[in-house]
Amino acid sequence: MSLVMETKPVPHIQVLDEQGKVVDSEWMPELSDAQLRELMQRMVFTRVWDQRAVKLTRQGRLGFYAPVAGQEASMIGSEYATKKEDFILPAYRDVPQAVWHGWPMYQAFLYSRGHQHGGEIPQGVNIIPPQIIIGAQIVQASGVAMAFKLRNEPRVAITYTGDGGTSQGDFYEGINFAGAFGLPAVFIVQNNQFAISVPVRLQTAAETLAQKAIAAGIPGVQVDGMDVLGVYAATQHAVQRAREGDGPTLIESLTFRFGPHTMSGDDPTRYRTKDLEEEWARKDPLVRFRKYLESRDLWTESDEETTIEEAKTAVNDALKKADEYPKMTIPGLIDSMFAQLPSDLVRQREEFAGKEEK
Amino acid sequence: MAQLTMIQAITQAMDIALGADERVLVFGEDVGKNGGVFRATEGLQKKYGVDRVFDTPLAESGIAGLATGLSMQGFRPIAEIQFFGFMFEAMDQIAGQATRMRYRTNGRVSCPIVYRAPYGGGVKTPELHSDSLEGLLAQTPGLKVVVPSSPYDAKGLLLSAIEDEDPVFFLEHMKLYRSFREEVPEEAYRIPLGQAKVVREGKDITVVAYGAMVQTAKKAADEWAKTKGIEAEIIDLRTIKPIDIETIVRSVKKTHRAAVVQEAPRSAGVAAEVVAQINENAIFHLEAPVRRITPPDTIYPFGLIEDEWLPDAKQVLQGLDAVMSL
Repeated sequence: MSLVMETKPVPHIQVLDEQGKVVDSEWMPELSDAQLRELMQRMVFTRVWDQRAVKLTRQGRLGFYAPVAGQEASMIGSEYATKKEDFILPAYRDVPQAVWHGWPMYQAFLYSRGHQHGGEIPQGVNIIPPQIIIGAQIVQASGVAMAFKLRNEPRVAITYTGDGGTSQGDFYEGINFAGAFGLPAVFIVQNNQFAISVPVRLQTAAETLAQKAIAAGIPGVQVDGMDVLGVYAATQHAVQRAREGDGPTLIESLTFRFGPHTMSGDDPTRYRTKDLEEEWARKDPLVRFRKYLESRDLWTESDEETTIEEAKTAVNDALKKADEYPKMTIPGLIDSMFAQLPSDLVRQREEFAGKEEK
Repeated sequence: MAQLTMIQAITQAMDIALGADERVLVFGEDVGKNGGVFRATEGLQKKYGVDRVFDTPLAESGIAGLATGLSMQGFRPIAEIQFFGFMFEAMDQIAGQATRMRYRTNGRVSCPIVYRAPYGGGVKTPELHSDSLEGLLAQTPGLKVVVPSSPYDAKGLLLSAIEDEDPVFFLEHMKLYRSFREEVPEEAYRIPLGQAKVVREGKDITVVAYGAMVQTAKKAADEWAKTKGIEAEIIDLRTIKPIDIETIVRSVKKTHRAAVVQEAPRSAGVAAEVVAQINENAIFHLEAPVRRITPPDTIYPFGLIEDEWLPDAKQVLQGLDAVMSL
């Protein structure tokens, strides 16, 4: 007799190893050469954009920014498996997924600065602005997914959180609601090993974060988050399950952020060893995928350079557009509180008119 | 016209809304087959089906988060929080999420949710069922907070709340659910949010109240009129955010004295806000300082001492006497 239950390990998906060699062809996704190249372009583009964003933040030209380098495969591979009509609920670091899903980059920059127009998502773009409260988007994702189910729309809600996010009550409530109602939702945990400074082993006694799905009665799977093909394959299967009415899936993507938590004074040397950083640097998702594509003659140095230039131009254009956008006003802020302003706010609107100019 | 209790009027309002608008959904704990622990949703699941009136897992943040997501996608959820004290569990989805969506998206996305919750003292509940926590909500930008004090108002205010384009918290005093009936028209009618109502006319002092305290204030005023010939004018706020200061100021300009009665602890609440607004808008019309008539600043004491803790007609009269004596 024993109270200890042996848990079966969750499935682990990996297509490419660190050398770009195929280690599991069973999970190899069906992607055309053009699509494979597009995945690489997006990852290189995002790396360059991230490097620029880090610099711009240091110069005070952006506001709040959470660097993404290291997580490109996890972010871009998963978004690439969605359709435009699917709805993404990002966390604060998940700006790339939102942008690749249609959020204009200049609006992402305005969002970073705290300008309301940043969050004014264009019609037809199926995202909401990145979530700041850890886990809040997970329960909302179930609501969005329920809307699709009630309307019989073949759409999926995809939401992201981190390793720390799985400790929140909202994480369990969200995946449990999705399971109980059989909702078309995909919950992606980007386990980048640290919730700011706190390592995963201090977050939970659970061996994997994916196994948290078991308690909610939904499938949970782990994927090598530095392998863009693995992430794509895992997400594609989960999205398809959801779309076909088979319910939600939890995906744990094992990844690493190369940079700090955010650009607001975080110093990773306080909580990460150099050895660990080097270990993960060897897993760099761009290096691995580049090797794979080169082995298939699908990527050249000149492709790389062209993409880098495209990214630099795109960032500059977006920055210019963000700079030129009209400033916020207090009356404009007040107007955004209600569809119809109550009389007390009408009075306050008059009181504060022109305050930013005084 | 039918004589309805407040809970019947609330059920009728949801029935009308569910019938009129396919986007309206009703969900929460025990609201389906069981018809709600107070029977507010009695018969609605049978009439509208399990897709539109349904039970959820027992998790308030999940319920409120579901409402956030559904409303972002164009539904009009009526989410029941089984007891107001459980709101703490849902507070982020209310104050941190749904009420900010319009701001966050610069008007592109709104969350037209109605959160309904029973609250209020005097019915011998366990802890965290009876507390008057409305002050916490009233300071939440982007949220309207409605507290009906009668069956007629409950129906008209709830229909307005459901049709509102922004989130509304709708508080239902448990003691008022079945304490009296009044004539309620069967058809749909709306009472605009943000409008107070003079429920008793008087020339000597303005008494502002809401929820069950309207009845307490009325009782005190009637006794006062009989014993002392002093006539209090009673204003039922009906919406505590935003407050209808125009109606209050009009009354204060007539009576020159005022008091506010609330069931919540004294400090930093709705009563304090009413006093502040009277000061800002009508201080030179006052003959005496405005007084708050409230319980002390303590935790709501469930059980044995709650009747002593809650303001009663006697405490209201003492408070009014103090204002009149100056």
